[in-house]
Amino acid sequence: MTDEQIISDLAVILNEVAGVDQTKVSSDKSFLDDLEVDSLSMVEVVMAAEDKFGVKIPDEEVKNLRTVGDAVSFIKKAS
Amino acid sequence: MTRRVVVTGIGAITPLGSSAPETWKNALAGKSGIVNITGDWTKDLAAQIAGLVLVDPFEVLDRVSARRMDRSTQLGVIAVKEAWADSGSPEIDKKRLGVFFGTGIGGLSTILEQYDILNSRGPDRVNPMTVPMIMPNSAAAMVGLEVGAQAGVHSPVSACATSAEAIAGGLEMIRNNRADIVVAGGTEACVNRLAIAAFASMRALSTRNDDPEKASRPYDTNRDGFVMAEGAGTLILEEEQHAIKRGAKIYGVLAGAGMSSDGYHIAAPEPEGKGATRAMQFAMQDAGIKPENISHVNAHATSTPVGDIAEFKALSAALGKNLNDVIVTATKSMTGHLLGGAGAVESVFTLLALKNNLIPPTINLDSQDEQIKVNVATINNNSLPNSATHALNNSFGFGGHNVSLVFAKN
Repeated sequence: MTDEQIISDLAVILNEVAGVDQTKVSSDKSFLDDLEVDSLSMVEVVMAAEDKFGVKIPDEEVKNLRTVGDAVSFIKKAS
Repeated sequence: MTRRVVVTGIGAITPLGSSAPETWKNALAGKSGIVNITGDWTKDLAAQIAGLVLVDPFEVLDRVSARRMDRSTQLGVIAVKEAWADSGSPEIDKKRLGVFFGTGIGGLSTILEQYDILNSRGPDRVNPMTVPMIMPNSAAAMVGLEVGAQAGVHSPVSACATSAEAIAGGLEMIRNNRADIVVAGGTEACVNRLAIAAFASMRALSTRNDDPEKASRPYDTNRDGFVMAEGAGTLILEEEQHAIKRGAKIYGVLAGAGMSSDGYHIAAPEPEGKGATRAMQFAMQDAGIKPENISHVNAHATSTPVGDIAEFKALSAALGKNLNDVIVTATKSMTGHLLGGAGAVESVFTLLALKNNLIPPTINLDSQDEQIKVNVATINNNSLPNSATHALNNSFGFGGHNVSLVFAKN
């Protein structure tokens, strides 16, 4: 998968779970500060991403996923 | 001096309508909100009828907020939004704004859904919002967030007396000067497989599956139990001077509240209605009125064989010979039983009855139980004399909780 495909799929998940405007989702955006995804929503985003991309994202990894770009890198590496 | 409490906003989402005015209009027309419930999950249930709200909460509420709420909370928030807007969305110091809002059953549908996910997909797929969605104070807390209340958010739980107890609590909160406005009411949405099976197992539900609109028939000889319904009701309670100063419209006065407990049985009402009698007496005393001042009663009357009789005995004891001059109605004949939402929706009916001198009828009363000697409002006999000043609204809950509220014309 390309970065763009992963970002586009993440944008759908972020919109569904937390109401994030899909057009605002880009590599440099922080989940918490820019997209206002709180910690409970982040748990849900992780669950949905695990299902979507067929990866396992352990809790200790989640705290390193500050930006959308961090998540894209992790998903590419893990899948 | 006692701070008087008036009602400046109302909201209701019920099987009769998606707002208080629509619910009121269909109630006055004597419509039934009871329907057959269908789907594979209903096929082996003893009761396959219920009162369902007519809108999808996801179409009314912000979608992302809605998915963080159990259906019971969704309906509660819908009724609160309506009532808050109806009261003029008052500008108020949020530290003087409180919430008293409850549910009898709460987030049971969410519990069942997440338990299925736990068993089918494993613990790491349980929704992280499950706890905030199922905690018994969930509806109250979400309502508190909706209006930004900071004076205190409270959630009484007393089964089918819950929302009446919430209104009583709101009255006290304003009288005690903890708040100038309290959003008070309650909600329920547990038309699911377990709740129906469980109430049916108690033999509490009507099983008139072949004729849903006739199933809820309080006071009728052939009543065979209550019909479960979902929905919510809300009153905006406000200190009178606060309401007058901001030029709010006033529906009526919440003149008093009385509460008691049976101390008798976990589910059955005390057969002589002694606890209910005391609740009504306390309510009238609290309002500073006598039985002869009561012209109308919105009864708890759920359509169960024993409950309707116990309440009649209580009415006789509390109102004495004045009961002959009172017009009683059992609006659950139309709405079904909204459990934790019932007291608030019926408070809306009681207030509007006083305001309009019109009583929503009791339907399906084909042959009145001769043990229950009350004047029952019907579609052809539904007017309240202009001289009427006060009305009672009764709510009782499993566990022996009794709440009676007195409303007055403004």
